[in-house]
Amino acid sequence: MAETQNVYEIPIGPIHPALKEPIRFTFQVEGERIRGVDIRAGFAHRGIEFMAMKRNLIQTLYLSERICGICSISHPITITLAVERAAGIEVPPRAQYLRVIYSELERIHSHLLWAGVAAHELGFDTLLHLTWKVREQVLDLLEELSGNRIDYALPIYGGVRRDVSPEQTPKVEAMVRYYRGLLDELLDAFLRDPSVEARTRDVGILTSEEADSLCAVGPTARASGLSKDVRQDRPYLVYGELGVKAITPRDYGLEPRGDVYDKAVVRLLEVAQSLDLIETCLYEMPEGEITSFPKVPALLAYLKKVEGEGLGWHEAPRGEVIHYIRLEAGVEEPIVWKVKAPTYSNLMSWVPMFRDQEVADIPIIAASIDPCMCCMDRVHVVRDGSPATVLKEDLLRLSRAKTERMVGGSRLSASGPRSTAHGRRTTDNGQRTPDHGGGL
Amino acid sequence: MGLSSFKRALWVFHIATGSCNGCDIEIVAALTPRYDVERFGIKLVGTPRHADVLLVTGPVTRPMAERLKRVYDQTPEPKAVVVVGGCGSTSGVFYDSYNVVGPVDKIVPVAAYVPGCPPRPEAIIHGVVTAVAKLEQLAGEKR
Repeated sequence: MAETQNVYEIPIGPIHPALKEPIRFTFQVEGERIRGVDIRAGFAHRGIEFMAMKRNLIQTLYLSERICGICSISHPITITLAVERAAGIEVPPRAQYLRVIYSELERIHSHLLWAGVAAHELGFDTLLHLTWKVREQVLDLLEELSGNRIDYALPIYGGVRRDVSPEQTPKVEAMVRYYRGLLDELLDAFLRDPSVEARTRDVGILTSEEADSLCAVGPTARASGLSKDVRQDRPYLVYGELGVKAITPRDYGLEPRGDVYDKAVVRLLEVAQSLDLIETCLYEMPEGEITSFPKVPALLAYLKKVEGEGLGWHEAPRGEVIHYIRLEAGVEEPIVWKVKAPTYSNLMSWVPMFRDQEVADIPIIAASIDPCMCCMDRVHVVRDGSPATVLKEDLLRLSRAKTERMVGGSRLSASGPRSTAHGRRTTDNGQRTPDHGGGL
Repeated sequence: MGLSSFKRALWVFHIATGSCNGCDIEIVAALTPRYDVERFGIKLVGTPRHADVLLVTGPVTRPMAERLKRVYDQTPEPKAVVVVGGCGSTSGVFYDSYNVVGPVDKIVPVAAYVPGCPPRPEAIIHGVVTAVAKLEQLAGEKR
């Protein structure tokens, strides 16, 4: 890329103190300004989808939890939704409410975690320690409800494994009260602090057009002003009844600019939204069973007979996560399991965000999409000794052919695609190109 | 073991070799106010060249194995490697992956294992202390 002598390259990663997970950036830099970036991912690839093909569905559930330790409710919920759709399993209403409670608790812990990491990247360690101190409250509650601080093993096909008992309800209420009381302080510390504002305002901008065309998801897209939230757009569980609305900086009275500041606004307001959802669920939750299969052997025996495919989607703290699963009768293992994690969709947003920014802003811009490499890392396909480079046009063609095929077979209609589904899918796949070693 | 292990400040370098983030966030949790290891002088540093202890998380994926070895070589003696998490200790749930070449003790010598998926911050602190006590014991035998 070094056309002129003034442009030189800075490699960062895969092991670097500013990165919590292995990934490599190669920045083309002119003086202090970033002119381009190349991203090399794949260091955390563990071949989870492949391993699942040798394990039964219960083992796969545990494996899905270990895709990412931060999203260890989102991934199991999504795979259970996919399997339940494939197998036609009904989830009892109480279990649906419980799943919402658990995933909103996870959102609170994940967003607070992000806020702390972002403060750390800005060099504001006091704020890191403050946010991580208050984050321990939600971890305490998750430990109370699940028995573990991380990796909760709560969802199971057909329901959840643990109930919120009457004795635990006051603890949930206490947590909601605790964070409600703190929220203003947190907003003060992040959004009304002049030094945070100076470092994050107009830094790492992703315009709404770019966010739309790059198919950004989650808070990354919402900070750019897109009203995009799976809980609102394709409601699942009881989110439809709860009436979730996508949060954009407009809810804070700001016109969205898509910079790092806006991303902080969205995440902090979502903490408040999650608190409201948890409270509503707690009071509206009906009594009843928490799973339709109380005995695991019966569940496994039932799943072994299932033939079909299913799609599950969920709004994880980082954005839309999708699991696709195909099951065959007489086989315990899933035939195909495909995971699309939110960072996978958000990765390309880095390219416009880094453009013309300063080198010193690299850590905060990298952190601003809340990247999760372990969710995202993919394998590079090499066929007949040569790496396959798939262009977006090819993928578009393939995708359209697939839609036609599926409309013919009317398989996809069961999972209810939106009118834009195939367009979105194409670009999701189009983002694969960097993984195939292509330059950006 | 006792307090003699805390005679000098321990500087720790964290390397993720394909972990799921679970152990990584628990390491950060150990550094923040609830557990606050900095009061013992245990501190996360930005380079292995400053570190006494390497905290290794993750099952060691193929591309990270060579880099883990390099980081180990860059760490000055005396050093101790602490494996945090079940997948680094035994490969755990990732035992039959094509892209996992671990566990960590296949790549670099390990002083202490902290099992758990993920281990609690208390366990991580205990692991670091155990590794250092072991180092001191070894140093005593050599003398």
